[in-house]
Formats: sequence, C-alpha cells, structure tokens
Amino acid sequence: MSSDVRFTDFKSDKQPTWCPGCGDFGTMNGMMKALAETGNDPDNTFIVAGIGCSGKIGTYMHSYALHGVHGRALPVGIGVKMANPDLEVMVSGGDGDGYSIGAGHFIHAVRRNVDMSYVVMDNRIYGLTKGQASPTSREDFETSTSPDGPNQPPVNPKALALASGATFIAQSFSSNAQRHAEIVKQAVEHDGFGFVNVYSPCVTFNDVDTYDYFRDAIVDLDDTDHDPADRDQAKDKILESDKEYMGVLYQDEDSVPFEEREGVEGSMAEIPDGAPEGAMDLVREFY
Amino acid sequence: MPEDLNWAIGGEAGDGIDSTGKIFAQALSRAGRHVFTSKDFASRIRGGYTAYKVRTSVDRVESVVDRLDILIALTERTIHENEDELHEDSVIIYDGERSTMQDVEVPGDATALEVPLKRLAEDAGGAIMLNVVALGAACEVTGFPIENLDESLEKRFGDKGEAIVENNKEAARKGQHYVQEEYGEFDYDMETTDEDYVLLNGDEAIGMGAIAAGCRFYSGYPITPATDVMEYMTGRVDQFGGKVVQAEDELSAINMALGAARAGARAMTATSGPGIDLMTETFGLVATSETPLVICDVMRSGPSTGMPTKQEQGDLNMTLYGGHGEIPRFVVAPTTVSECFWKTVEAFNLAEKYQTPVFLVSDLAMAVTEQTFSPDTFDMDEVEIDRGKVVDEDEIDTWLDEKGRFQAHFAAADGVSPRAFPGTTDGAHMTTGLEHDELGRRTEDTDVRIEQVDKRQRKVETAREQEDFDYREFGDPDADTLVISWGSNEGALREGLTLLEEDGYDVRFLSVPYIFPRPDLSEEIEAAEDVIVVECNATGQFADVIEHDVLERVQRINKYNGVRFKADELATEIKQTLDTPAEATQ
Repeated sequence: MSSDVRFTDFKSDKQPTWCPGCGDFGTMNGMMKALAETGNDPDNTFIVAGIGCSGKIGTYMHSYALHGVHGRALPVGIGVKMANPDLEVMVSGGDGDGYSIGAGHFIHAVRRNVDMSYVVMDNRIYGLTKGQASPTSREDFETSTSPDGPNQPPVNPKALALASGATFIAQSFSSNAQRHAEIVKQAVEHDGFGFVNVYSPCVTFNDVDTYDYFRDAIVDLDDTDHDPADRDQAKDKILESDKEYMGVLYQDEDSVPFEEREGVEGSMAEIPDGAPEGAMDLVREFY
Repeated sequence: MPEDLNWAIGGEAGDGIDSTGKIFAQALSRAGRHVFTSKDFASRIRGGYTAYKVRTSVDRVESVVDRLDILIALTERTIHENEDELHEDSVIIYDGERSTMQDVEVPGDATALEVPLKRLAEDAGGAIMLNVVALGAACEVTGFPIENLDESLEKRFGDKGEAIVENNKEAARKGQHYVQEEYGEFDYDMETTDEDYVLLNGDEAIGMGAIAAGCRFYSGYPITPATDVMEYMTGRVDQFGGKVVQAEDELSAINMALGAARAGARAMTATSGPGIDLMTETFGLVATSETPLVICDVMRSGPSTGMPTKQEQGDLNMTLYGGHGEIPRFVVAPTTVSECFWKTVEAFNLAEKYQTPVFLVSDLAMAVTEQTFSPDTFDMDEVEIDRGKVVDEDEIDTWLDEKGRFQAHFAAADGVSPRAFPGTTDGAHMTTGLEHDELGRRTEDTDVRIEQVDKRQRKVETAREQEDFDYREFGDPDADTLVISWGSNEGALREGLTLLEEDGYDVRFLSVPYIFPRPDLSEEIEAAEDVIVVECNATGQFADVIEHDVLERVQRINKYNGVRFKADELATEIKQTLDTPAEATQ
C-alpha cells in the first residue's frame, strides 16, 4: 500500500455508458475516494459488482474485480475476503441485484459479518431493462410491467439488515459528494459488514424518486442528536416511513468480523509444492 | 470370487445401526481382513428400515453381492427386507424376548439364533449396549476372535470413559458366551491376517484428496450424499490454514468458492443433483472468468428430489452440458473409493493448469461405501501440485500491455492466460461473465468475441495433448466382448468378470474415469464384436456419448431402481445380453 494513492488511481480508462446525470457517477466517485482515503490501492482492492446499471462499475473502476452473476455479488465477496483477509473487499450492486434476486444472500451476508463493504445504488427502478418496478419501488409506482403500480409495499433494506443482526447500517445520497464519500469511508473502516444504501437517482426511468425529491426529503443525521450506537434509536429511524435519513444509522463498535472469529489468519493462496506436512496423519486417522 | 462373508445389521433409523456396523467393519479391517460396506437407508432420522452391510474377505472385495450369511435383525422388517438374500446356511440373530419379535418367522432353512440381546446388555450395565451384545454373538457365529472387537470399541467409546468401554467389552462377551453355551459350533471360520488396513468411504477420500491437493477453501450446503465431504473437511482443513463455510444455498456456495479461487486459493464445493441444478447458473461465469474451480457432484437418484438415499449415475449430461452457451470444462469421474482421492488431486491440477471448472463426479454408492486399503494407497509423497501459469511481481511485466495493463485473458497459443493473484503489484484487472477482451473488459466486438471463444476452447485441445486421459483396463485384452463403464461400477464389473470367466465368457472391460475430455475408444470398439455400456441410469447417458463418438450402436445395460449393480447380477445380465441377438435389444 502506498500513501500517495489518489482516488483517480481507482478510475479505469473506460468511459461510463451511464445516462448523463445518472446517480451512479456520484456513487462511484465516493467509493473511489473512500478507498483512497482509507489507504488502499488498486492492487490490494477487490471490487465485486452485480448485474444491472450499477454492475458496470467494475469496468469503470481500476482494481482487481469480478463482475458476476445477477444477485450473487455478496457470496463472491465473502469468498475473496475469507481466502485473503489482507485484501480490501468492496461489493457493489443495485436494488434489484441486492434486494430481489440476491435478497437471500443479503440477509446472510449481513449476519455473517465478514469485514467488507456493500454499497447499493438504490434508484428504485430497473434501469438497464428500461424501467420495470424494483423491490424498492413505491407501491403505486406505474411501470411497463406494473401499470397500476406493484401493489405491494417496497422492501425496507435497512430494516432487513437490522433484523438480520447488522453491525453497520448507513444511508447515503449520491449527489451529496462529500457526505457520501465520508459515509462509504466509515463503512470501509468498520470492522465487519459495512452496509450503505445509496439513493442514486435514475434520471431516465424514475420520475418520482428524483434528485429534487431526495434533496427535499433527506434529513442529515449529523444535524440531529442521533446516536448510531443506540440500536433502538436506529430501529425507530429505520422504520419511520415518511422520512429519508442520511448518515450512519447504526454501528456496533464491538463488532468482530466473521473471518477473525473463525480464526482465518492470512492468505490461503500459498500452498506447498506437494501434500502439506502432516498429511499422512489424515490417512492414519482411518485405521 | 473371494472367499467372502456377508454380514449385516438392520433395524430402524435411530437404533445405532450405522455406528454398530462401523465398529464391526473396523474390527475386521484391523484384523487384516478386507471390507466393503454398503447401506440400505431412508431419508429420515427415526423409524423405517435401515441396514449396514459388510462384505469381508482375506482377499480384496470390490463389490456387494446378493447374498447374506449373517443377519442381526433388530426388527422383524429387517428379515423381510433381506429375504431374497438369505440362504440355507444363513444365520439370523435376533432378540426373541422382545415383544415385537415374538412371532418372527425365519425364511427357508436359515438358522434362527435367538439371543436375549436386551437382557444380556442390561446384565453388562445397560440396555443401550444391545447392539454390542449382538456383535459378540456374531463373532462367535463367524469364528472371529472377539479381541479384535475391543480396539474398535475403544475407538468408538474411548471419549466416554474407561468404564463405558469395559461395559461394552463385557456386553460383547455376554453375547459370545450365550451363543457358545446355547448353540455350539458354526461352520464359519474367519481368518485374520497381519495386514493393517485403513477404512474410508468415497466422500472422505474426496475430502482428504482436496486437503492433500492444497484446497484451502470449501463452501457448501448440506445435501445427501455429499455432506460427508463437508463434514470431513470441517476442522481438518483448518489445521492446514483453510476454512469450510456453510453457505445459505448452493447459489451462494459456488459463488463463495469462485471468490476464494479468484483470491488465489484452491477452492471446492460439493453437492448432489438438486444443488448442481442451482449451481449451473454459475458454471458459465467460472469458465469465462477463467477461474480454477473444482465442483464435486456426488450423484443420487433424480430427477427433482428423486430418491435422496438411492444410487444413480444420472447427472452425466448435466455436468457435461449444464449451463447455457458453450464453455470448456473437464468432467472427471473416479471409479473407486481410492480413486476418489487421486482424481480429486488431479482435478485441482487440471483446474489451475487450464483455469476452468472441473466437475468431479462421484456417486452415492461410493459415498456410502467404506472400503479397506493399504495405507500406501494414499502415499502423500506421490501427490504433485501444478498451479499452472501463476505470475508473481517479478514476472508480471511480461504480461502487461503497452499501457501497463495486466492481460488476464491474454489469447495465448495454448489458450491459457497468465494468472495474477489479487495483491500482486501491477496485476489489478477485472473479469466478467460478459464477453470480454484480453484485459477482462466487456466487449461485443465480433473479432474479440471470436478470439476469446477460440482461446478458451483451445485449452481443451492443449489438455488433450498434454494430459493422459486414458481408461483403466481389466479382463481379457483379446476378448470379442467389450464392456465399457464409467464411475463406481468398476468394482462390481471386475468381480463380475471373474464370474463370467468361470462360465466361459471372455470379456475385455474398460473403466473410463475421464468423461470430458475422454479417451478415443474407436479402435477398441472396432476390434470388438459386442460392445456393452454399463451405467446406473435409465437412458444410457454415457452410452449416448460413446455411440456419438464412434457412430456405432452398442448394447446397453441400464439400471434405475435405486440399487447399484451387483457382481452376480451383472454377470447374469451380461450373459443374457450376449445370448440375445443385438437387433432384438434395440
């Protein structure tokens, strides 16, 4: 790790194909800043990206990275970190990737608490398939596949995380560059699973959850007396349906990452040229 | 056929059938006798019918047979379930004092040996030891020195304290003495030898092979009959710096293993049919991201949930063709319990040398069979590790493009690209399940697409040139009859060949462990008059593959009732097949 890493070192030479004005530009910039400011560099960083507009991030950033199967980014990230805890692992995806097709993995990644960060670009819409309802779309949000709205309440991912035993829950907003980078940085620094839901507006297909809507609705937790160490306060704020908060909602300062509790000590990549010493004892066990 | 003895204990699930059977099998193994075990079991925790069967001989035994000499029946149903395997010299040991065993009718001329198992166990210190009383009785019937049982009892009960061990030894002797006093001598006489064998099953052999091969990360989801691989590795792989993670489902299991492999670890997941279905989603990503990964499928009866505790070799097509699109892959199917170890080692080398998914295909028959081997069979000094084209910081410059970017999917002549583990300076690169260029960046460029598809496919051709994907040959090399099989049928066929030989049938038998890439059998098939492909499934999936390879009709022996092939049964089947004109079987 070198100390003179700049956030642009994490930028690849591929130009993003996101729509002009897409929230994902800001989300990605914040991720790069957070990684650079926490002393990481592209050669010790592993980004796992899901499928969707958000999933393209692996191509636009420069690091070790895998862009995988829809919904399965979190298990890949867990495997990377378990096999080499010295790497900085950041997983990123969208609301469809994380809370619909990958919802099962989300719950279990939260409770497993591996030391990594998970940045979800939540635009409350399926953008890449051109505008269908997502799991965080509003109940009455009209789309091509839900002409009268989905007719079901949106998923509350922060409540899901809290109920699953999360040790770090934060909400961010892509257009507030400074706060966004700070929040992601806190997630990276957290000893455990740092979950950040980012409002990352889709300017093409979502005319309800827009920049204007979020700017008006969002309350910065830094402007309140919220105590992120207090789980009950976090619960109340997360379940408030008429407010959009920004900042760290909950953090367990005593969190110990899974791989540490499991006694994983270093990279599993190095192995001997033949069977490991003591392997014949495995045979003798069968006497 | 070896001078064998076939022994079984049967009862309800929850009666301790497995552990009792294992104690006896271990005692035989330690006494220098070869053992081949099998299980009749159902997918339930309690009740039903379950049995642990032991075939033993001084010579090697490679199969089960349809003959039972000694049966310990804890329930009446156990006797009925095994009626067809009993003969006039069979001895059935049961507790006639139990209310449920009052009116037991012993079939045919078999000998009924009533032993008050429960009462004698209580005399020795507790009714719970009634199975051990039965073992003592069985020792007397078979002429097996009871001292051999003591070591197994110590191994099984040692952690429960010396008193428990002594009570069990006493319980065994009470069973032995009761038979001695009440029934006198039996004809069976089990020799012992000075050999010292190890006793293990196919799942354990796969787990041990994985650790020997340097596998350090295993993720899986419990499923019969693959769970034993996971249970074996749990705790043991930790001693070598590794970890087992129980995932929330198989989708997660294979993706975790993929992640670990991207990080540079040798990684594996194991499952059975229903789990393979879920994992199929990720096969393409493993192949196009060129990630070395061993995916083990311990097959059971399908389709859907099928018969979870029954044998079938029904996933050949799934492992050979599963997943949309076209990918290079290797499919390796060990043919014996000991080969489960060696083929696992080889699977890891193939995966890393060619950076592809390797399907290691085993089955329930091997997973539940405990078999004896000389410990030298698993000589760890023979384990070779080949990690392929891993590049470190000193070599990485060679693989950077003119802009200093690492070419993780470099279109090398042999199809194999350099591999840099994360953490390697200047090696940062991405990869994706999207079609990509040599840098791993998505592309839809037609030329690049063709270059990458061809490059991936070339790995198979390279492997064909560099590896020895050969068959294992048995029987008469000049015989006109050629029998071909894959996977676990090898043992039953080898013994079946001996039976056929006694009846004047000469057979050449090729046991094929490499499903893809596989040996070219054209010449062998051309040289034969009759070609028979044996496999445990209804449609003949391997036969299809072989026919496809040689464009010639073969005769097939198929079985799909949930029971593995048995030596004597196969001998009969093959005779029938040979005696029927080929046209009539089409």
